[in-house]
Amino acid sequence: MIQVRLAAHGVDVEFQAASGITALFGAAGAGKTLILDAIAGFVTPAGGRIILDDEILFDAASRVNLPPRRRHCGYVARQWALFPHMSLHDNLLFAVAGLRRLERHRRVKETLDRFTLHDAAARRPHEASPAERLRTTVARALIGEPKLLLVDEPAAGLDMALRAEWHKILRTVRDETSLPVLVAARDPETCFELAGNMLLLDAGRILQSGPPRKVLDQPAGVEAARLLGIRNLFPAEIVALDPGRNTSRLRLETFELTGPYFPGRLRGDRVWLCVEPGQLHAVPYDGSRPPMNHVPARLERASEMPRAVRLEFAGGIVAEIARREFEPHKDNADNKEWLVEFPPHALRVLGCP
Amino acid sequence: MPLDWSPLWLSLRYAGLATLLAMLAAGPLAWLLARCRFPGSDLLDAAANLPLVLPPAVLAYYLLATLGRWTMHFSWHAAVAVSALYTLPLLFHMSRAGLAAVDHSFENAARGLGAGEWHTFWRITLPLAWRALVAAVLAGFARAFVDFGATAIVAGNSGTAWLLSPIAALALAALYFGNRLRRGQVWA
Repeated sequence: MIQVRLAAHGVDVEFQAASGITALFGAAGAGKTLILDAIAGFVTPAGGRIILDDEILFDAASRVNLPPRRRHCGYVARQWALFPHMSLHDNLLFAVAGLRRLERHRRVKETLDRFTLHDAAARRPHEASPAERLRTTVARALIGEPKLLLVDEPAAGLDMALRAEWHKILRTVRDETSLPVLVAARDPETCFELAGNMLLLDAGRILQSGPPRKVLDQPAGVEAARLLGIRNLFPAEIVALDPGRNTSRLRLETFELTGPYFPGRLRGDRVWLCVEPGQLHAVPYDGSRPPMNHVPARLERASEMPRAVRLEFAGGIVAEIARREFEPHKDNADNKEWLVEFPPHALRVLGCP
Repeated sequence: MPLDWSPLWLSLRYAGLATLLAMLAAGPLAWLLARCRFPGSDLLDAAANLPLVLPPAVLAYYLLATLGRWTMHFSWHAAVAVSALYTLPLLFHMSRAGLAAVDHSFENAARGLGAGEWHTFWRITLPLAWRALVAAVLAGFARAFVDFGATAIVAGNSGTAWLLSPIAALALAALYFGNRLRRGQVWA
């Protein structure tokens, strides 16, 4: 268990992390690396306290500041930081230099077996494959049996195969050890696939924390939603609420929609309406009177995605529909009027604008 | 006339000593200023660069004025000292650039893996910066080797000044061959 309260260089956070993966999610410059560096002891915060299990690593009030070598934190750097002048074997050996000779060699051998690195052990980092380098980086961080693993988004810029390998390694670490693992991540996929808990960071503050699914389904506000990459955020006003029929009426800038009843909201509240692009439906507009929750909009751009087609309409509406649904209407793609359906169950509202 | 190699040998010895002396000061200073910021670090940086902007004669004059209080002026010690001082900024700059080019993430990784500062320096920083440090030493040695002005002024009365530099040897050689040329004996 790690408890962190930090105030340093524009970062002001307080959180706890138990065993399992906790993702620090945020854009570049949100303070993720700074938090990890402060926990590892590479930077000294102006204030706060860091406690790992029962040991105080840093406490500004009592002027405790353990050096990095006494903090027992494994650290996986963004650039992996394998020592280029040593073989992969020697990189591992460096991490257990303080142990007795027999113990040192036993640990290195076990780690080489565990991470299937025997064949590459004699190679220098630049001679090894990226997958071997990645495995060595994690192996080196774990060989000293740390109490906490800090991971600074090494998946950034990796190709798909390597990213899958990376996720596999993290899953193994999560399932085979009881270590708390803090992972700085810039892509939501890593959080949803691996993390049991996530902290949403923006400009050095925690906007929201909780299980990733819950955070995605219920962003705490419009900033959190934007950070998570949620498209289709529209300012709206609640003009009617009917708990009996479980309906509500929302007025947007140019159209009105019917949604479900929003508990805790009042008539006249100004909110942000939020709809997942994948939950919208769209068909070319034939000029007839639009049914309920169907909005005519001009299609500005259609772009291919791996498994769907993204349609961008005037007014900032974005829909993602299956390719087979789009194929019959391909000729109506550019600057034609389409009818976008907002299913009532897909509408969510977030705090005040 | 048999060739006299003693000026070259003397210059090598003096330049080697001066480089060693300068590196002992410039190395730690470069590491300190490449890795740490502290009150007065800019001032220290400027002070280390001072010999670079002073003409050799001025530097020698100030050194003589300072050394004049002790008995070491006009001796080979003074020659080595002025040469070291003249070489120091070059060594300092090149060493600092080499040390600063070592990615902090390697050093941090070493610290995180349990290495102390000294261990990190010997096992990580030094092996990664050695090329730049060797280049700095070679450049410093070359500068000490060819410097003549300041050394000649400081070592003036010791009787070794004219033997101190290959420049002096070249000057002597030029005089010698010049006389022979005038007498038409060069190719004879």
